[in-house]
Amino acid sequence: MSDANKEALEPITGIESPVYLDYNFTAGQATARFLTKVKEGKLVGQRCPSCRNVYIPPRGACAACGVATNEEVELPHKATVQSFTIVYIPIPGNPIKPPYVIANLVVDGANISFLHLLSECKNEDVRIGMRVEAKWKDPSEWGFAMENIQYFAPIDEPDVPAEEIGRLKDA
Amino acid sequence: MAELAAVVGIGQTKYQTKHKDVSIAGLVRDAAFKALQDAELTWDDIDAVIVGKAPDMFEGMVMPELYLTDALGCNGKPMLRVHTAGSVGGSTAIVAASYVQSGMFKRILTVTYEKQSESNAMWALSNAQPFSPHLNAGAGGFFAPIIREYMRRTQASPEAGIKVAVKDRLHGARNPLAHLQLPNITMKEVEESPMLWEPLRFLESCPSSDGACALVISNEELAKQSPKKPAWIRGTAMRSEPTMYAGREEVSPRAGIDCAKDVYAQAGVTNPRKDFDCAEVYVPFSWYEPMWLENLGFAEKGEGWKMTLEGATSLDDNGDIPWNCSGGVLSSNPIGASGMIRFAEAARQVRGDAGDHQVDGAKLALGHAYGGGAQFFAMWVVGSEKA
Repeated sequence: MSDANKEALEPITGIESPVYLDYNFTAGQATARFLTKVKEGKLVGQRCPSCRNVYIPPRGACAACGVATNEEVELPHKATVQSFTIVYIPIPGNPIKPPYVIANLVVDGANISFLHLLSECKNEDVRIGMRVEAKWKDPSEWGFAMENIQYFAPIDEPDVPAEEIGRLKDA
Repeated sequence: MAELAAVVGIGQTKYQTKHKDVSIAGLVRDAAFKALQDAELTWDDIDAVIVGKAPDMFEGMVMPELYLTDALGCNGKPMLRVHTAGSVGGSTAIVAASYVQSGMFKRILTVTYEKQSESNAMWALSNAQPFSPHLNAGAGGFFAPIIREYMRRTQASPEAGIKVAVKDRLHGARNPLAHLQLPNITMKEVEESPMLWEPLRFLESCPSSDGACALVISNEELAKQSPKKPAWIRGTAMRSEPTMYAGREEVSPRAGIDCAKDVYAQAGVTNPRKDFDCAEVYVPFSWYEPMWLENLGFAEKGEGWKMTLEGATSLDDNGDIPWNCSGGVLSSNPIGASGMIRFAEAARQVRGDAGDHQVDGAKLALGHAYGGGAQFFAMWVVGSEKA
């Protein structure tokens, strides 16, 4: 029996039917401002008028207080590792080779963490409280995206005690 | 609450990697039919149907409840769909119970499901967003840093996570419906299994399962006529909080603490470890057992991992408060159904109908589910007696 005939006799129990969804991302005021600044190589967050915490990326409101955030705060490019995971599985469509470190980072002056890659160090040396700095791509590659920062890399500064990471200084 | 409500029928499919023998509609119908059989009822005895399902993006099917009306015998009947991410199985049971307690309906069929073999749950929600680098590494990648922070704060022995992975699989080996059947699993095997998201290993993570779970919930009058022992619903509560806000306590979320406090107050529970005979708690990654032991007040802050290591939550160690006797989410994870399975298994225990994973004489049990970024919580307390 030819392969074609054999195939015809196999019962079909399912078919692959991929769904593709293409969206236009409407950033909204706060995120649009943030992305515009990221395109210029700047990290700009927003301060909550009520609890004074600084959000980055800003989403236009403080989820704890339920109030709009308007005051912009330009933040430095140094951060502290709040926590992290070493990932051993590849991300589909992403060239990063496992194992790689994804860290929850709190930029100096901010009170919330965001995710980014950590590199230029041994995975086993990464720790909570470690100080790191943004490594930006070449400005010619900058777009409206957090990927303008290629990764964060360790800097020679003392660790921050875990209890102090992301906390308001005067709180 | 105006009316008492009780679980009078429970139906579950076998949980496994692929249910190629049935469509999604066939899967939910199987569970629903078994629940009706368990209650000795027919489709005609049902007043309304409530379906629960995790994100539509998983199977790529939008509003699947419409397609499921035929399979669930609810043409011309009220039907409603609930969606609260991974906690949806729990929330759905609570919505169904609320409709009976309100007096709106006398008897409801409620069903939840997931067919992970037809979906891509790991990546379906990892779509690119410009304000974040595209690094989402699935649920494990999200929860691993939170687990690391728990381990740092408590200085927990790394063995605690491994112990949960072994304990829940040994429980699962007593439950013929459980997906993973690993009766000979050892601490060494778990420890040597590949790292996925350090500190989480492969065997410390839940499987991907196909499966459905269904309940028949009825009011007091109908429950009294039920041929099998009802599981009386003694309290229900849901709470949620945002995924991200400054100062959020991620290790022990406020919404979980508040939800437990509410449901315990309704059921008259003052000391959960003592008052409950067992609990079915949503633990998709091993470390979430010690974390939830503390969040739910079964252990003092920082002490959950010790309780786990001492065997307090293990049937095989004759623990005083067995958790996840069915094998839990670590043994079977049809996402949308996983919360309802916790609620159903709590009910099976107080009905005295849990087979080889029965806790002798169980009278009061907790069912718990969480979802999203550990921000949605649903819990119920069921008892063998009305009050």
